[in-house]
Amino acid sequence: MSTATATLPRCPECDAHITFNRAPLRGQVTNCPGCAVELEVTDTEPLTFALAPKVEEDWGE
Amino acid sequence: MRLALLHTRLRTEETLLLDALTSRGHNVEVIDLRAEVFDPASPERWLGFDLVLDRCVSLTASLTATRILESMGVRCVNRADAIEVCSDKMRTTLALIRDGIPTPAVRIGIGAQAGLAAVESLGYPAVLKPTIGSWGRLLARVNDRDAAEAIVEHRETLGSTTQHVIYAQEHINKPGRDLRVFIVGGEAIAAIERASDHWVTNTARGARASGLIITDETSRLSRAAVHAVGADIAAVDLLECPTRGLLVNEVNHSMEFRNSISTSGVDIPARIADHLASLTLPVARVSNPCMPVARVCNPCDLRQSESELAEARR
Repeated sequence: MSTATATLPRCPECDAHITFNRAPLRGQVTNCPGCAVELEVTDTEPLTFALAPKVEEDWGE
Repeated sequence: MRLALLHTRLRTEETLLLDALTSRGHNVEVIDLRAEVFDPASPERWLGFDLVLDRCVSLTASLTATRILESMGVRCVNRADAIEVCSDKMRTTLALIRDGIPTPAVRIGIGAQAGLAAVESLGYPAVLKPTIGSWGRLLARVNDRDAAEAIVEHRETLGSTTQHVIYAQEHINKPGRDLRVFIVGGEAIAAIERASDHWVTNTARGARASGLIITDETSRLSRAAVHAVGADIAAVDLLECPTRGLLVNEVNHSMEFRNSISTSGVDIPARIADHLASLTLPVARVSNPCMPVARVCNPCDLRQSESELAEARR
């Protein structure tokens, strides 16, 4: 993203700037570069995050 | 091709698949099942898709959606039956044994008494696994009766009723690694090894992945395993037994591959995208030799095949 640093979204946990290699999608999961917490994109316009849901018993591959 | 990509969270794998599909000109609708309401009596929306690709990290979501969609006549990859078999270690074992595919010995007991007897009949060390679970969670290697009693009692007391089924597997003294082979449309397209100092060699538990050359044996065995469970796209985990050779440990229906692209040197999402597109070609859909036989048993597929045959003959 070419957005200036000042306008980059921030981690709701540690306030670090969050960046993406591609245009983010709603539901996409990423790790915060500051505190490594897992974040989920809850909206793209504007870009917002929430802590990603914790692993549940039936998750896997 | 118009494709629905089902998910409950978009991991790296799903974004890679999305990019691979859209870069090939396919029309992909990304559908978060957490926001979806199904009306089983109104299939119109779903029949507009050539294919539905299930990529849910939640097994419950995968099975619910694919069962509903297949009842509507929508083609899903993987099929609900295959997801059900792959996701349940006991059912995977049954399918492998049915097809004569080498796999570690297993004993199953229901409840504490039979569960402990199952472990004892197998001998020590043994590996206890929940029948449903992934990423190496809740695996336990028990070296003696004391340890087995503790695990069985914990399961009986703390677990849900499904945890009362004790699935005990022979412990294979593997050489510090297991092998994973990626099967797409009946073809072994890539392989990696997963090495660890720990007896659990899941990358989710810290194992290191590196590339592996596919041999005739790993290819044949992995393809047979995927055929046995009725899957179309899957990853097969193989164990190297010092006395019995390669054994099929698990088949994963919703494989993760982010760390296997650079290690194997294979563009796995691209191969999946190309395979999915090939499934929507009318002639390929009825004559693809890679299709598991079980697919033909699905009444939805039969309906599709008949219309496709008629279309292909025109």
